[in-house]
Amino acid sequence: MCGFADSSWKEISGPFTWTFGSCYLYTKRMGFLPALHRLLPCCSNTTDLILPNGGTPAGTASPASSSSLLNRLQLDDDMDGETRDLFVTVDDPKKHVCTMETYITYRITTKSTRVEFDLPEYSVRRRYQDFDWLRNKLEESQPTHLIPPLPEKFVVKGVVDRFSEEFVETRRKALDKFLKRITDHPVLSFNEHFNVFLTAKDLNAHKKQGMALLTRVGESVKHVAGGYKLRNRPLEFAAIGEYLDTFALKLGTIDRIAQRIIKEEIEYLVELREYGPVYSTWSALEAELAEPLEGVSACIGNCSTALEELTDDMTEDFLPVLREYILYSDSMKSVLKKRDQVQAEYEAKLEAVALRKEERPKVPADVEKCQDRMECFNADLKADMERWQNNKRQDFRQLLMGMADKNIQYYEKCLLAWESIIPLLQEKQEAK
Amino acid sequence: MNFLHMTENNFSLKKIEISVSEAEKRTGRNAMNMQETYTAYLIETRSVEHSDGQSVLTDSLWRRYSEFELLRNYLLVYYPHIVVPPLPEKRAEFVWHKLSADNMDPDFVERRRIGLENFLLRVASHPILCRDKIFYLFLTQEGNWKETVNETGFQLKADSRLKALNATFRVKNPDKRFIELKHYSDELQSVISHLLRVRARVADRLYGVYKVHGNYGRVFSEWSAIEKEMGDGLQSAGHHMDVYAASIDDILEDEEHYADQLKEYLFYAEALRAVCRKHELTQYDLETAAQDLAAKKQQCEELATGTVRTFSLKGMTTKLFGQETPEQREARIKMLEEQIKEGEQQLKSKNLEGREFVKNAWADIERFKEQKNHDLKEALISYAVMQISMCKKGIQVWTNAKECFSKM
Repeated sequence: MCGFADSSWKEISGPFTWTFGSCYLYTKRMGFLPALHRLLPCCSNTTDLILPNGGTPAGTASPASSSSLLNRLQLDDDMDGETRDLFVTVDDPKKHVCTMETYITYRITTKSTRVEFDLPEYSVRRRYQDFDWLRNKLEESQPTHLIPPLPEKFVVKGVVDRFSEEFVETRRKALDKFLKRITDHPVLSFNEHFNVFLTAKDLNAHKKQGMALLTRVGESVKHVAGGYKLRNRPLEFAAIGEYLDTFALKLGTIDRIAQRIIKEEIEYLVELREYGPVYSTWSALEAELAEPLEGVSACIGNCSTALEELTDDMTEDFLPVLREYILYSDSMKSVLKKRDQVQAEYEAKLEAVALRKEERPKVPADVEKCQDRMECFNADLKADMERWQNNKRQDFRQLLMGMADKNIQYYEKCLLAWESIIPLLQEKQEAK
Repeated sequence: MNFLHMTENNFSLKKIEISVSEAEKRTGRNAMNMQETYTAYLIETRSVEHSDGQSVLTDSLWRRYSEFELLRNYLLVYYPHIVVPPLPEKRAEFVWHKLSADNMDPDFVERRRIGLENFLLRVASHPILCRDKIFYLFLTQEGNWKETVNETGFQLKADSRLKALNATFRVKNPDKRFIELKHYSDELQSVISHLLRVRARVADRLYGVYKVHGNYGRVFSEWSAIEKEMGDGLQSAGHHMDVYAASIDDILEDEEHYADQLKEYLFYAEALRAVCRKHELTQYDLETAAQDLAAKKQQCEELATGTVRTFSLKGMTTKLFGQETPEQREARIKMLEEQIKEGEQQLKSKNLEGREFVKNAWADIERFKEQKNHDLKEALISYAVMQISMCKKGIQVWTNAKECFSKM
């Protein structure tokens, strides 16, 4: 099982591409295990590591890739980059105007020491469609994993100019975040489609190749969705489902509040922009008061600028993260649904076997396989959920602290402006 | 509180303190015998002993807004050359929507109480107005005060001043300084009213910004219920957002004081214009007297020389009905000369009156300008201090919130 990807493919390939993905993953996980045991002995008890068919992990690891495996494992716990071996950035958006359509491409630069990459560095240009393709591919090939969300394809309000600098920049940031999240993922970052996306000169060729596969996937999904009903969700997944519902609801509210605040602030800004100059008009009428009034006018001007910076920052940095997490909860829900289907399928099969138990004393292999698949799914999902919870906590801590910081900075700028005019007012007073 | 020197009839110098210390809602019957509700204000005056600085309550009486108005109208008529301090607004204007515009609203009554006290202090600290008898009685004599004011006959004088409305268009040689001052008053009024309007809108928007933040308080608290590690941080950060949203009420209440200070000068602009109008009136009187005198002089000359320079009805009648006798002519000339003498005297006194008016008015205008510069600077400083305190509060709240977020 050395070169795990390829060999495992052939060994365990089942009737559905789905199963491919799942088992492919599995092999990988088994590959992880020795290293994991060394690092975290207690982990052998975690549900995350339940193995199908009672397989023992010992000795399955490839000695050749142990160092990279270790790296990958550490990525799990240490996100700070020292042990990172894959770096992806999205930058340099460019507008392309063709006869048929106008679109934006982004430069994607990849640096990696991983053996899966032939070169240490790649630079390709991709458009939104390509990201969309990647995400679909990831969803197909790694159905048991939580795939990070892409920014919305269409601008909600419709009025926004898709080619405006702000829009392109916001999208670039979101796409960058999307790729970084995949890069940080111990499984997704090894996905072959991801590799193709990062390195292929001509992505369209790969897209066409995948068409045949796509139809097969379509069938498999249909097959799975074929009317199995879930008896009862395990408590922990029910809890995740409930959590996600509330989470999405609260985040939606926060998004609305944040937008409303920005709207109020912009209206406030409009009034301030009129308010300041009135003091200037007044100062033109006065002799002795001219300077103080002009000072107040300038001060209000400074506060307006600070306020504009605040609203810009909140629009550019705060809202997109909220959106990402709202979309994230949708992705999460759809993975949960898939898991339910797998469990339902297993339960249905088990039931069928139970009815025929007298005839056949042994549990058939396909039911066992189905059980494996479900347990595998559960483990992946729980691991991803945990990872997501961790990311979420860090992201929101950063996001909310950032919001507080921006507001503090805003008030500090205003404070400075107002304090600076006090001497201007007082000196004149005393001079009299 | 304000200390001032006040003279009564007997020139006894007294240092007194004036305050409008209370407001009370009352119901009574008006002149038409209709039920009406009004607010009465308690005016207290205390005399201050020189030795120990202790004040002794000397008078306390109730007045209603209409009596303040009567006092001010009286002052306007009797002191045409003085920029008479304005009264606080009759109805709330330039308020942001959270404030009530109702005359009986406690906040409005309270702000008016402060405004009325300020008016009395302004009058009391004015070098000329503070010596007025009617003002003194306003502070000290509750009953019959209205009758005393009416006995001064100021209404009659005021009525005759109505013609001032048209004086502007008739004055031939207006005083440049007063023209400029009038122009300034107009512009001051327009700029301050613009400022107050925009400030009310600014306050509205600011209120919105703060209050919408209050929603974070609720949603953070609800969200915290489903989170483990983040829960506590969110919960307490939500509390700080509540504090933030609530803090705007006090901030805007303080700012309303600044608006009132500006409003006083908005109304002062009108008082300034009143002085200009009265100047036009004296100028008009002077010009009419001069014109009258010139006409009589011309008539006299015509009679004396027998030449008629211009076509006149009189010239026509003489031609039609024959010449008047020398005796008759002599008598008329004599009468005219008498009138001319009188007219010259009158013109002289009008001239004197006019010069006196200009001198006094200008002195008071200078005083007013100084007062205005001083007051507005103070107002701007206190406004800046308010803004500083708001910024500090903001920094404090967000620093507290950040602390909570950092623990998530």
